[in-house]
Amino acid sequence: MAFLQAAARRANSFTGKRSRLPYLLLMPGMAFLSIFFILPILNLAATSTQSPAASGEVGSYVQTFKFSNYANAFLESREQFARSFIYATLATLLALAISYPLAYAIAFKSGRWKNLLVVLVVAPFFTSFLLRTIAWKQILGENGPVVGPLRALHIIGQQTTLTASAFAVVTGMTYNFLPFMTLPLYASLDRIDPRTLEAAGDLYANGFTTFRKVTFPLSLPGVVAGTLLTFIPAAGDYVNAAILGNPSTKMVGNVIDSRFFRIVDYPTAAALSFMLMAAILILITVYIRRSGTEELI
Amino acid sequence: MSTVEVPVPTLPFGKRFTRWFARNTIRIYAVVGFTYLFIPVLYTFAFSFNDSAKSNLTWVGFTFKNWQNPCGAPEVCNALGNSIRIGLIATTVATILGTMIAFALGRHRFRGRSATNTLIFLPMATPEVVLGASLLAMFLNFGINPGFWPTVIAHIMFCISFVVVTVKARIASLDPRLEQAAMDLYANERETFRRITLPLVAPGIAGAALLAFSLSFDDFIITNFNSGTINTFPKFVYVSAGRGIPAQANVVGSSMFFLALFIVLTGELIGRKKRKR
Repeated sequence: MAFLQAAARRANSFTGKRSRLPYLLLMPGMAFLSIFFILPILNLAATSTQSPAASGEVGSYVQTFKFSNYANAFLESREQFARSFIYATLATLLALAISYPLAYAIAFKSGRWKNLLVVLVVAPFFTSFLLRTIAWKQILGENGPVVGPLRALHIIGQQTTLTASAFAVVTGMTYNFLPFMTLPLYASLDRIDPRTLEAAGDLYANGFTTFRKVTFPLSLPGVVAGTLLTFIPAAGDYVNAAILGNPSTKMVGNVIDSRFFRIVDYPTAAALSFMLMAAILILITVYIRRSGTEELI
Repeated sequence: MSTVEVPVPTLPFGKRFTRWFARNTIRIYAVVGFTYLFIPVLYTFAFSFNDSAKSNLTWVGFTFKNWQNPCGAPEVCNALGNSIRIGLIATTVATILGTMIAFALGRHRFRGRSATNTLIFLPMATPEVVLGASLLAMFLNFGINPGFWPTVIAHIMFCISFVVVTVKARIASLDPRLEQAAMDLYANERETFRRITLPLVAPGIAGAALLAFSLSFDDFIITNFNSGTINTFPKFVYVSAGRGIPAQANVVGSSMFFLALFIVLTGELIGRKKRKR
């Protein structure tokens, strides 16, 4: 993200005078974000402690500072909460395992095809992610080309299905967020000067040691950025669970969605949203601190 | 000078294969990785030629009729039109606002810089379901019904941060000596900006706009919260997933894929030509 700040600071040192211009440039955008991002979040905080109105009308609530909404919401959907974080963690780790060698190959082994390959990583994005998720559902589904052979070879049981399972949800998320992982990894690997790797070799490090002591530490900003960009949307996702899952794979996003639309229980939905956001922000802060790449933000 | 012939011992096939494999593991892996990424895209493309009646679940037969009549299925083109309209408006506004912020952050030092950075980062660190739900809750509180404009506002909101990050990275990668040179040649600040800085940042802005449009066009979660009865393409796909998506949706998805690929590759080619000159 802002790991280029240092360079920017150097770049603007010659125009570093204080003036009103930066504020004029910031104003419209910041005003927009304040009204349509900060205000809604504050409003959400307010909604989360409301109770049903005395009139009993569906969807009308009054402010009563009922903080027990949080406890109730958490107790009611702690399973989905736990599942969101477990699935998101699994998907993030899987995406890291798949993306790292891919990003490595593009950064170091692709020669003049580099730019084209970077484009190809992003390209699947342009086919609607819903269409792709549904494509997976059909590929892995009962009529698809995968289940039959696997059953015939007794790799999976005759009754086992690949879709409508936790497995499908996690692999679906892994697939959908893969470019978010690959791009930052590639960006940080691509910045590594190949001469540092040669130097490691000259100092009698074998391939594995070079990777462990030089390449990987240098790519750490990319690992942090990639895992965050994958984990955040994955933890809040409900589309993969809705399309590829079954009722027992519901995530907290599904609960928020149904509280909002089907049950019209705004306070619970707001409390859940707030807890999800807080949990993610705390995790991010701890993670960034521990990984020692604070300049990322 | 003659080269010295080194006798190459011919290894047995098994050994040669293992050696070749060890040397190319990472390349083989990359091929497998890309195959994985593109399987669903190919599937979507293949099934856009399926001669299916209503649901596009099983292969019936090959036909061009879906491509000849992409609006054949009800709602597809209406939803697509809305998505494009929302995407264009949101992209334009978010690109302008985001680029201005990026210039402020990348080119100026001012009080409140780190607070600005945090405010830019926060929307990206907030799950979509929270962004969508919080905006809808506010709209409802103020008696604004979800629909076209609330959706546009929501899209601008989540696109701004991505534009800022992309353009800021481009500004940071510029060589400050180019601008200094312009100033040395008696260009004033305005001229320097118009003739040197802006053209150099332009590819970054174009990339940011493309990113913003693809984020907006493909967004489902936030849109679903704020669009009310307005249909968009992702919404159409999600809703019709239950009873089977018409093959025309695959036509639209595949076309978007090829269109975007075409735009990106043309941009790349133009950039390459310019660099050569």
